This record gives sequence, C-alpha cells and structure tokens, in this order.
Amino acid sequence: MITLFDSFLIRAALAGTGVAIAAAPLGCFVIWRRMAYFGDATAHASILGVALALGFQVPIFAGVLIIALLMATAVSSLSGRGFAMDTLLGVLAHSSLAFGLVAVSFLQGIRIDLMAYLFGDILAVSRIDLAVIWGGATLVLLLLWARWSALLTATLSPDLAYAAGINPKREQLVLTVALALVVAVAIKVVGVLLISALLLIPAAAARPFAATPERMAAIAASIGALAALVGLQASFVLDTPTGPTIVCAAAVFFALTNLGSAIWKNRLPAVSNDR
Amino acid sequence: MQLISLQDLSVSYGGNTVLSNVTFGISPGEIVTIVGPNGSGKSTLLRSVIGAQMPSKGTVNRSPDLRIGYVPQKLHIDPTLPMTVRRFLSLPDRVSNAQATSALEQAGAGQLSNRQMADLSGGQFQRVLLARALLCQPQLLILDEATQGLDQPGSAAFYQKIETLRQTLGCAILMVSHELHVVMAASDRVICLNGHICCEGEPEHVASAPEYRALFGSGTQGALALYRHEHNHSHDHSCGHDHGKDETGGQHSHPAHEAHR
Repeated sequence: MITLFDSFLIRAALAGTGVAIAAAPLGCFVIWRRMAYFGDATAHASILGVALALGFQVPIFAGVLIIALLMATAVSSLSGRGFAMDTLLGVLAHSSLAFGLVAVSFLQGIRIDLMAYLFGDILAVSRIDLAVIWGGATLVLLLLWARWSALLTATLSPDLAYAAGINPKREQLVLTVALALVVAVAIKVVGVLLISALLLIPAAAARPFAATPERMAAIAASIGALAALVGLQASFVLDTPTGPTIVCAAAVFFALTNLGSAIWKNRLPAVSNDR
Repeated sequence: MQLISLQDLSVSYGGNTVLSNVTFGISPGEIVTIVGPNGSGKSTLLRSVIGAQMPSKGTVNRSPDLRIGYVPQKLHIDPTLPMTVRRFLSLPDRVSNAQATSALEQAGAGQLSNRQMADLSGGQFQRVLLARALLCQPQLLILDEATQGLDQPGSAAFYQKIETLRQTLGCAILMVSHELHVVMAASDRVICLNGHICCEGEPEHVASAPEYRALFGSGTQGALALYRHEHNHSHDHSCGHDHGKDETGGQHSHPAHEAHR
C-alpha cells in the first residue's frame, strides 16, 4: 500500500518538525540556565555513541542515548570540583568527539558515512526513524509538561525551589535526560554539529515576543517547526544540504524577530529586549 | 511544638567549618533575627533551615508539612527569561487572580501584576518576592537580608510591613539582617552569630551582651556596629543620626526616621 509517508519529503518534513517542536521548549531552558555548551557537549559525545552502537551491534538510537546520558551525568557530577564549567565541557565534548572518531576507524567491515552523523541526513529518514523521533519528542514534551513548574522554579533559583520542597538537583536531572533524548532523536535530522542550533536559535528568536516563559516556549516551537519546513523546501529548491539549510532558516528567523522588535521599539538593535 | 529545630548543626565546605554546634528552634508566631558579621554563616544557616544546605553534622527537624515562605537575599532573573509579576506569583503552585491580587496588596505591591520582573525597581522587586512568599500561607516566613539594595526609608518601610504581616497572618518570622537598628527592635529574640551562636536572647539582652559588643563594638552600640559591619558593602549607612537608642527600645518601637509610603 502506498501512503503519504512513502514520500521522502513528507517524512523529512515530519521528522524536522518533530525534532523542532521538542527541541525548542527544551532550548528555552538551555538558554535560561545558560547551559548552551551543555547541549553541544552532549551532542559531540554522541558520535562515540554511534561508534559503540555499530561496534556492539545495538541500535544507533540506543547507543547515542546511553552515551549522551552518561556524558550529561558526568558533566553534572563533575561540575564544581576544581574546574570551571566551560573548561569541563570543552574537555569532555572534544575528547569524546575525538574518541568517537577514533573508535569509528577501528570498526572493520562496517562502512559508515560519518558525514551523515555530523550533518544529519534528514532525507534518508525511514518510517521507523519517524516513529522514534515522534516517540522521543512526545516523551520530552510530556516530561517538560509534567515538571514545568518545578523546572521553572529551580531555574529561577535553587534556593527558592528548596524552600518550596522541590529538589533542584532532580530537576536538573530531568533536563539532562530530556536533552539526551532530544540529541538521540535529532542526530539523524540535523546531525551532531547542528543539534545545539535547533535547541538555541528558535528559543532565542522567540524571546523578543514573549512576556511569559510559556509563551516563549510556544513561540519557539512554532518558529522551530516553521524553520524546519522552510529549510526543507529551500534545500529542495536550491539543492543545498538539508540540515544546515534548516539551521540557516532558523537563523534568519532569529535575525528577523530581533531586528523587528528592535525597530518596533525604536531603539538600537539588541540581542534581547531586556533591561 | 516548634516549627523548626536545629540540633548541634555543623556545616563545612571542603574542610572549612562555617557553622559549628548551632542549636536553636523557632516557635509559631515568633520573630527571630540573626545578626552577625560578614562571613559569620548567616546565609548558610538560613539555607540549612530551608533544606538547601546539607549539614555535615547535627540535624534539622521541620514540623510535618511545614509551609515556608522564603524571601531570598537577591534573585537574579536571567534577561532571556521573560517573567511577568503575575506569572512569578504562580511559581511553583498556581494561584488564582484574586489570591495574587491580595498578596500583592498585602506586600504593598499592588498594580505591578502585568510588569516584567526585570523592569522593577529594587524595592518593588523585594515586595513582589514577599508577595510570592505570602501566597503559600506560610507558617514560617524567612527573610535573608531582604532589604539589601533598598535605601534606609525603604527598608524601614519594608520591616514595618513585615511586622504588620506578622500581626495579621500570625506566622513566625526568621530573618537575617545587618541593619541592626531597624531589625532588632522588632524581634522577639536575637541570635548573634559568628560561626557559632555567640549569644542570644531578647534584643535588649543581646545588645548589652559582651559577646555582641566584642563583635559589633560598644559605646554607640547600634550605630557603630552598623558602620563597622558595613564597611565592605557599598551601602551608605553613615547618615549622621543616632541609631543607638533604637535597638534598646521596646519590642515594637520603630526608629523615628522611618518613612511611610
């Protein structure tokens, strides 16, 4: 039976929007908590996950998820022990990427297209991939929805959270798990190098128009989904690599919203409309 | 039954003992003030009370289902996080518009509901923090140098508000301050802290205790204490008038220079 899902473009569009919708609200937290490089580090580590998954012949999604989770917990538990966070992230991110690339070279008899993992290959998304992406995206959204208030309180101030009986460390763990999930499902769509872009750029683009955290998350999700569709169409028309084109589209949205709000408020352009 | 009691509490960071053998409790409806020089462990003590700091020794007992309203010393809201006052009041638990309005009025921050938190002045911000703390109908209200960054009339007005609240809500209040002249007068009990409890008791008792004088100076009592205490802060409290009398005044007297809003 031939269905709509058989068109690779439709599958790509569904995959792109699925990842974008899950990544954007999570990206808001990444921005609010100033952990932009946390996303990068988790993503870079996932190449190691790909290599190990191929080596041990387990599904790539599982390998990436496990390594991303390990990476995220390592960063969380190592922070505040003598190294500044950015140093720690730099060490872990780049060394795990390097170890991943080296590990890939040991894999004999398996030919893997490294570029596909670095930059994503959204046009090769299968129906199973699609199910994994939407399953993961739904899980992330459910997780965020269930913990929203506690997450937000812990983000504002850990002490405020403690006083209200919320354990901010647990909320940090929730975010870490969600981040690992998004990285694992997004690797196929935009690749390791551009996952952070999909987390951060739509959220940053949404900031000027948002008065509350919820609105920022909703606007970010819309911008992310729109960028996925526009980028996909543009890459089809212009014959450009799809993952990067989606990120370019998101970046254009970021420029437009921030420029627009700056002009609207009749003042010098600023990255965000604060203070 | 005490709301909260600390038994032999010690806290250390990496071999550095910040608090040692602190034992005290707070009864319902009581106003307790902690005074002490910078680095004396005041904030650590409050963080132990709210459960944010694990003791390295000793225990913290909270009465079951204790509702704590916490007003932090300072709250930095990242500029990338949009937050209206109204939304902030609903954290972590949603409150109705009526509840939000009444809490804002109680805290003296009516009309601010639709403003962005980032656009508030220091005094407005503190009052909004207070309003949020009131929304859980606290049995214990904790204020950590809540008037930092306010000018003298502003903080005097703030503490007056606190005392009115205690009368209407009947909650206990635990606060840290170095504005001794304003705070001590309003307290039932003062704890003088410097890594351990140096002395404690009624404000009059503490103000005349040798341990307190050793820490904060004697003679001019409050005024000098205040001045010395503040020297590595940017606040200007050397405003010239005499605060000495205020501290030894009756429990509910106020400094004469208080401004009314």
